[in-house]
Amino acid sequence: MSEFLDTLETPEPFDGPMISLRNLRVSYTGREILHGITFDVQRGETLVILGGSGSGKSTLLRTLVGLERPTSGEVWIRGKNFAAISEAERDEIRKRLGMSFQGGALFGSMTVGENVALPLKEHTKLEESTVEIMVRLKLDQVGLSGFEDFLPSQLSGGMKKRAAVARALAMDPEILFFDEPSAGLDPIIAAGIDQLILELKKAFHMTIIVVTHELASAFLIADRMVLINKGDVTAFGTTEEMKNSQHPKVRQFLDRIPEPAVAQELDYLQMLTEPATKSGEGRQGKSR
Amino acid sequence: MEFLGKIGGSVEGGLAYVGELTTLAGRAAYFTFIGPFRGKPVRFQRAVSQAMEAGVRALPILSLITFFIGLILALQAAYELRRFGAISFVANAVALSMTRELGPLITAVIVIGRSGSAFAAELGTMKVSEEIDALETMAINPVGFLVAPKFVAMLLMLPCLTIWANFMGVLGGSVFGVAQADFTFWRYIQESVDALFLRDIVTGLIKSVMFGATITAVGCLEGLRTTGGAEQVGRSTTRAVVMSIFLVILVDLVFTMLFYFLGEH
Repeated sequence: MSEFLDTLETPEPFDGPMISLRNLRVSYTGREILHGITFDVQRGETLVILGGSGSGKSTLLRTLVGLERPTSGEVWIRGKNFAAISEAERDEIRKRLGMSFQGGALFGSMTVGENVALPLKEHTKLEESTVEIMVRLKLDQVGLSGFEDFLPSQLSGGMKKRAAVARALAMDPEILFFDEPSAGLDPIIAAGIDQLILELKKAFHMTIIVVTHELASAFLIADRMVLINKGDVTAFGTTEEMKNSQHPKVRQFLDRIPEPAVAQELDYLQMLTEPATKSGEGRQGKSR
Repeated sequence: MEFLGKIGGSVEGGLAYVGELTTLAGRAAYFTFIGPFRGKPVRFQRAVSQAMEAGVRALPILSLITFFIGLILALQAAYELRRFGAISFVANAVALSMTRELGPLITAVIVIGRSGSAFAAELGTMKVSEEIDALETMAINPVGFLVAPKFVAMLLMLPCLTIWANFMGVLGGSVFGVAQADFTFWRYIQESVDALFLRDIVTGLIKSVMFGATITAVGCLEGLRTTGGAEQVGRSTTRAVVMSIFLVILVDLVFTMLFYFLGEH
C-alpha cells in the first residue's frame, strides 16, 4: 500500500520503543492532572490505557498526540522528544500518527470520502484519481465501501466510528490512537470495532494505543495494559499479569467495586435531597 | 479604591482581548502571505466558498436594507433642508452620509449578523465536537485551514459590499428626490456623484476593510475559545455578535476621528 505514498518522505527506520514517557507531568488550568507517568510502548504492540472517569487517561492520550503540552517530563515518539521539538518537526511526526476520536470528530460539512481524503490532499501531491482509490481502499478496510458520498450526519454511531478510523488510517500511520472506541455503541457494534482493531494489528503490525474503560474489550485487544488512577500509573503489565494482580486498586477496577468514599457521599447526598425516603431505598440503582 | 481597581481590571481584560484578536489576525496573515512560500498554499477554494456565503448571498438583504436607509436619510435631511429652501441638497446629504458612514457601518452590521455569528457557531461546534483537535492531530493547522480563508474572503468582500450598499443608498434617496424634490432620476445621480470626492469613498472603504478584519477576528476567536457543549456554542455566538458590533463602532470612531484630523490639515 505504501507505494502510493512515495510522495511522502519515508521515515528513517527506528528500532527503539515507539513511545516512551519519562516522568510526564501535565497540568490543566493550574491543577496537576498527571503526576509523573513513566512507561514504554514497543513497536507492534497494543496498549490499553485503563482508568476511571477523571483518572487522567484522556489527558494522557491528548498529551501523546500533542494536544496538551506537558509541564515537565518527556514524551518520546519514534525517538523524538515531542515536547521539545519545533512545530514543523512535530507536524512531521503527527503525519505518522492516526487518531480516532470518541465522537468520531468527522467534519460535518464534508462527505465521508472527503474526510478520508483530507490528510492525503493536505500532505501529499497525489493525483486526484489516486486519492480516490486510496479513499476507497481505506473505507473498504473498515467495512464502509460505497459510503464515500454520505455525509457524517447520515451515518449511524458505529459507522461514524469506522469512518473516523478510515480517516486515521489514511496516511498509513505507524501508531494508531483510539479514544473510547466503544463508548456509546451497542455491544454488537462495539465488538465489531474490537474486531477491526485486532485486524489492523494483525494485518499492518501497527502500534495501537486504546483508551477505554470497557473491560471485556480491553482484555480482548490488549497485549499490555496500564491502569491510571488519579494521575499516577497504578499498574502496568500484560493482560495475564493484570488478571492475576493482587494490587487493591487493580482488583477494585477489574472486579468493579465502588469507591467507598463515593458510596458514602451518595448516602450523604441522598440524605440531603430526599429527607423523607429511607436512605436504604433511594440508594438502589444509584450506586455504581 | 476598589472601584478604580475594577476599572483597571476590565481595561486590562479589554486590552488582552484585543491582543488575542491581533494575534489571531496575525497568524491568519502569516498563512495567507508567508505560508505559500513555505509550501503551504492558501485554500483558495475554501476562500471562494466563504466569499460566496459572506458576500454574494448577503446581497439581497443588504440591497433592501440600504435602499430603505437611503430613503430614510433623504426624508430626514429634507425635513431640515426644506426650511432653508435647500431641498436640492438632499442628494449631497444622502451621498455623503452613505459613503462616509452609513454604507460601511450598515454593511458591517449585516455581515456581523450573517457571517460573524456563523463563524463563531461553526468554529464553536467544531471545537466542542473535537474537529479542531482532529485537524491538529492530522498536522493541519486550524488557523491556516479554517480562519485564513475567512479573512481572505471577508477582506475582499466587505469593500465590495460597501460599494454596493453606497449605490443602493443613493438609489433609495433618489426615490424621494424624484418624487418630492423635482429631480429627474439621472440628475439626482449626477448630483450625488458630483457631491462626492474620491476621499469620501476611500475613507469609507478603508473603514470597511478594518470592519471586515474585526468581524472575522472576533467571530473566529469566540468560536475557537468555546469549551464545553452546545450551550456554550450559543453563548459564543451571542458574544461574537455583541463584541463585533461594539468593536466595529469603536474602530469606526477611531478612524472617523483620524480622518477628521488628517483632513483638517
